[in-house]
Amino acid sequence: MDISQVLFYALSAMALGSAIMVVISRNPVHSVLWLIITFFAISGHYILLNAQFLGIVNLIVYAGAIMVLFLFVIMLMNLNAETEPQKNKWLKLAGVVAGGCLLLVLVAALKQAEVKGKVAELGTGDIGLIKNLGNALFTDFVVPFEISSILFLSAMVGAVVIGKK
Amino acid sequence: MHSALLAIDVFFVIEKLVLIIAIVSISLGIAMYETYFERKIAAWIQDRRGPNRAGPFGILQPLADGLKLFMKEEIIPNTSNRFLFILGPCLAMLAAMMTSAVIPWGGKINVFGREMNLQIADINIGILYVFGVVSMGVYGIMIGGWASNNKFSLMAALRGASQVISYELPMGLSLIALLMLTGSLKMSEIVGQQIDSWYNVLYQPLGFFIFLVCAFAECNRTPFDLPEAENELNFGYHQEYSSMKLGFYLFAEYINMFISSVVMATLFWGGYDIPFVNDASLAGWGNWLAALQGLALFIKVAIFIFLFMWVRWTIPRFRYDQLMNLGWKGLIPLSLINMIVTAAIVLLKSNGWKF
Repeated sequence: MDISQVLFYALSAMALGSAIMVVISRNPVHSVLWLIITFFAISGHYILLNAQFLGIVNLIVYAGAIMVLFLFVIMLMNLNAETEPQKNKWLKLAGVVAGGCLLLVLVAALKQAEVKGKVAELGTGDIGLIKNLGNALFTDFVVPFEISSILFLSAMVGAVVIGKK
Repeated sequence: MHSALLAIDVFFVIEKLVLIIAIVSISLGIAMYETYFERKIAAWIQDRRGPNRAGPFGILQPLADGLKLFMKEEIIPNTSNRFLFILGPCLAMLAAMMTSAVIPWGGKINVFGREMNLQIADINIGILYVFGVVSMGVYGIMIGGWASNNKFSLMAALRGASQVISYELPMGLSLIALLMLTGSLKMSEIVGQQIDSWYNVLYQPLGFFIFLVCAFAECNRTPFDLPEAENELNFGYHQEYSSMKLGFYLFAEYINMFISSVVMATLFWGGYDIPFVNDASLAGWGNWLAALQGLALFIKVAIFIFLFMWVRWTIPRFRYDQLMNLGWKGLIPLSLINMIVTAAIVLLKSNGWKF
């Protein structure tokens, strides 16, 4: 095992463990904090793949902005473990069935997704560097890129309209 | 298998460790004496004497303050969340210290025949790293304020968080304009370009001004210290804190001030470049040149820190709606215009000034 393998396993354990904690912790604020740790672990994976730009943007956008807003809302609504309403038992049953269906779909989809002999480019790949990513976005994928920015713009206008009401 | 695990460049690790320890202790020492100079400058502006009891000219005052904070009783409120209550000040401190990792503090030095870069990590996303760490800083305030289980603390924490998020936008936009000129996110390269030609502040005066205002807001300094508005919120987000945990919050503010001064000096004022001198002609000086360059950086930083204090004791605090109006309706359009004009000029220049 070399260093990057050790790092890979440590980061994977961190990501999976904290992702499970997001689901099972009772207090919503704790869930958000565990989710932030998950994002850090995923950013660590990006850096292992030499995609430093993606890693840091993941942190700035998700951990730095979106999660702060989540935390904002949860803190203002004062959701606590005690005030959490008891779920209907039919709702729980429906949840179990839906989860089982998702598992089946995932198994069916992943069965064929096996790619043999393809190894992640640890520390050598360069598509995640800012120069290559910018080139790819503004040459090969310029139309989807612009369309998604128009989507963001319309979402922003929509938020302003809702806020004005 | 185990020999491969140990295949680390030991000297590299030791070198970086020494550098990290040096930089962290320098920033802590500077933050310590910032508290002293803040009080001295306040006294000077208000025609008082300031601290003058502990040691000559009161020079030991920060030590006395630190000792006092350590001696105080530590109180954790009963109904608060213990773990998060302690995590809050730790996060504030951690985020404040982490930014220093990508700053180039001087040129290369030669230690025992080994060339050493006075920069902890020269990553090719330097500015974005600074930006990411700054956006983490808000968690210290928010978690601390929420875990105190006190309405005033929570209100102050939410104020602080929304202020930091709002002012991050114009800060980022002014940085985009700067990046269009430099064409690189590497801190060392940005400094290198400024050493070879003019300082960035000459190309981006408006961008620097916007960045400066946003730095004041990000550090929660007057006139933007709304999260600590005593007359509205008792004491602010750290109301329930006592002893050194309170000290950590206050200390983190001073470290932030130091680090943001360093970032401003590095991005806009040439970093460790010695002004009016051609650094390349002094290359024979070896390590002394690096020391001089570090000194030049620290003089620039000291001027910025003085500016921070001068503004604090001159300008009164904004009202909260004024703060938000300034951020969203004043600075963001201004920085957008700055960005578009810069982009147009860069494009025209690369086309050889033809439309």
